[in-house]
Amino acid sequence: MSWLEKVRNKIPFIVKRETPDNLWHRCSSCQTMIFNKDYEENLSVCPKCGFHGRIGSRARFDSLFDEGDYSVLPPPVVQEDPLKFRDTKRYADRLKAARLKSGENDALLNAKGLFGGRQTVIGVQDFSFMGGSMGLAVGSAFVAGVKAAIECRSPYIIFTAAGGARMQEGILSLMQMPRTTAAIAALREAGLPYIVVLTDPTTGGVTASYAMLGDIQIAEPGALIGFAGQRVIESTIREKLPEGFQRAEYLLAHGMIDMVVPRFEMRDRLISLMDYLLPVSEPA
Amino acid sequence: MVSYLDFEKPVAELQTRIAELRKATSDEMDLDREISDLEVKVQKLLRDTYAHLTPWQKTQVARHPERPHFHDYISGLCEDFIPLAGDRLFGEDEAIIGGLARIDNQRVMIIGQEKGNDTASRIKHNFGMARPEGYRKAIRLMKMADRFGLPVVSLVDTSGAFPGIDAEERGQAEAIARSTETCLSLGVPLISVIVGEGGSGGAIAIAAANRLLMFEHAIYSVISPEGCASILWRDAGKASDAATAMKLTATDLYGLGIVDRIVLEPVGGAHRDPKSAIAALKTALLQELAFLTPMDQDVLRSMRRKKFLDIGG
Repeated sequence: MSWLEKVRNKIPFIVKRETPDNLWHRCSSCQTMIFNKDYEENLSVCPKCGFHGRIGSRARFDSLFDEGDYSVLPPPVVQEDPLKFRDTKRYADRLKAARLKSGENDALLNAKGLFGGRQTVIGVQDFSFMGGSMGLAVGSAFVAGVKAAIECRSPYIIFTAAGGARMQEGILSLMQMPRTTAAIAALREAGLPYIVVLTDPTTGGVTASYAMLGDIQIAEPGALIGFAGQRVIESTIREKLPEGFQRAEYLLAHGMIDMVVPRFEMRDRLISLMDYLLPVSEPA
Repeated sequence: MVSYLDFEKPVAELQTRIAELRKATSDEMDLDREISDLEVKVQKLLRDTYAHLTPWQKTQVARHPERPHFHDYISGLCEDFIPLAGDRLFGEDEAIIGGLARIDNQRVMIIGQEKGNDTASRIKHNFGMARPEGYRKAIRLMKMADRFGLPVVSLVDTSGAFPGIDAEERGQAEAIARSTETCLSLGVPLISVIVGEGGSGGAIAIAAANRLLMFEHAIYSVISPEGCASILWRDAGKASDAATAMKLTATDLYGLGIVDRIVLEPVGGAHRDPKSAIAALKTALLQELAFLTPMDQDVLRSMRRKKFLDIGG
């Protein structure tokens, strides 16, 4: 508290004005100022230039499920901080801070509900939770999502966003790559579609495992998608990277994904894909 | 000429002293006694040093340029080796070598990264950093092994998959993911060995195995200690701290249940006596093969999947 606030708070007749500091959003691409409320209603897409901002798990679920109605699956219980890791801060403290800030347990959340009239399980990774990074909790949530999908004979749709593996969990985070891949094998054997929607950014071990194994690979416009980080590549090859490198459109041009779909069209596109991949006979 | 690591300085000094005494030996001066005393001392010093290596020192040993590499293992392990080239899609990536081999008359498919041992061969093998073609060749060979009932042995030695523009545009991430998926689908035994450096996704792509073996002084981690230090400490100089925090040694990984078996190295590391290191690996591999080969393909597959599904679950 500044000295000014200390003084002012003692003076009862001066009413403190409520001005939230997040009233406006500045588009990080075209710099346009937008009312935060309008921006959120626009699914965090800039109404001027169409730039797709990052979006949290619950806002994503709201925009997808029929009537915005869904139930969030309980996060799996995992061993916390298995290596008792500490860098400049304790990992346990970083985790606590991320939970406090987000109100969520970890970076991957699953929800179940009607989607185009069918029971569907959707997972969303949230980059704002420790960079969406994959540790035991994300791996376990992915496995749980697949399991829930198999139980209700639904596809598993995953929206990815991650800087990569969670280094603070060392080798156990690396092991989530084969772990999630093994879960996908079970989904495939059950004859159910596995759909990946790559959102900004998806890199590292997440890209090199479940994010690249979808029956159908979709990306949001402009999303950064790759294996190695751009700085690492630049310092290895000592060359400037080409324009649009590792962006969704670049991956499309190189044959790595099926399509780039804007956020407004995502729900309809996913539903029409499901209409092709799932049995026709079950009007819910 | 052996190259010494910084922590081996006392050993290097003793060796220099021994060399000097050898030169000074003549008919008048018999220094054999002193020399053999010093040699005993060197052995003891090496044993003590290598019994207490820090994770960062192990990292240096695992990367030692004279440590045996893929081709050394092939010539020491196998009576016969027929290399198979190409991914049938784009090219031939010599960072990953693979082929048909006989180990003690048992037919296997053997695959692994080769780092090279001089400038020309290091460039040829891209320092053991594979591009998508390398992983797609591994996929092709693993699937072939599966069709013809050959167990697969993979020898992992890479700082990681190659980070480059060409690798990205040809789908490095997809190639790694697909290779991991292929490992998990095999109906034949897959035995992987971390022989030197097990660097992240570039390693796991060929190491999602039934049994994971690891050399005593090898390392296996999600990111290099330097990479981890520069991200989390914002200082690549803290690599030693990062190496300790990440738990990347064979003993740590055995304790975490990731590594199934540690293969002991000769005193002073595999690079001081490659022959006995390779012999120790051969013994271990033959035992593992004998254990896995009789198993049914469904058992092998489901056992392998369960092993990974249970990590953290």
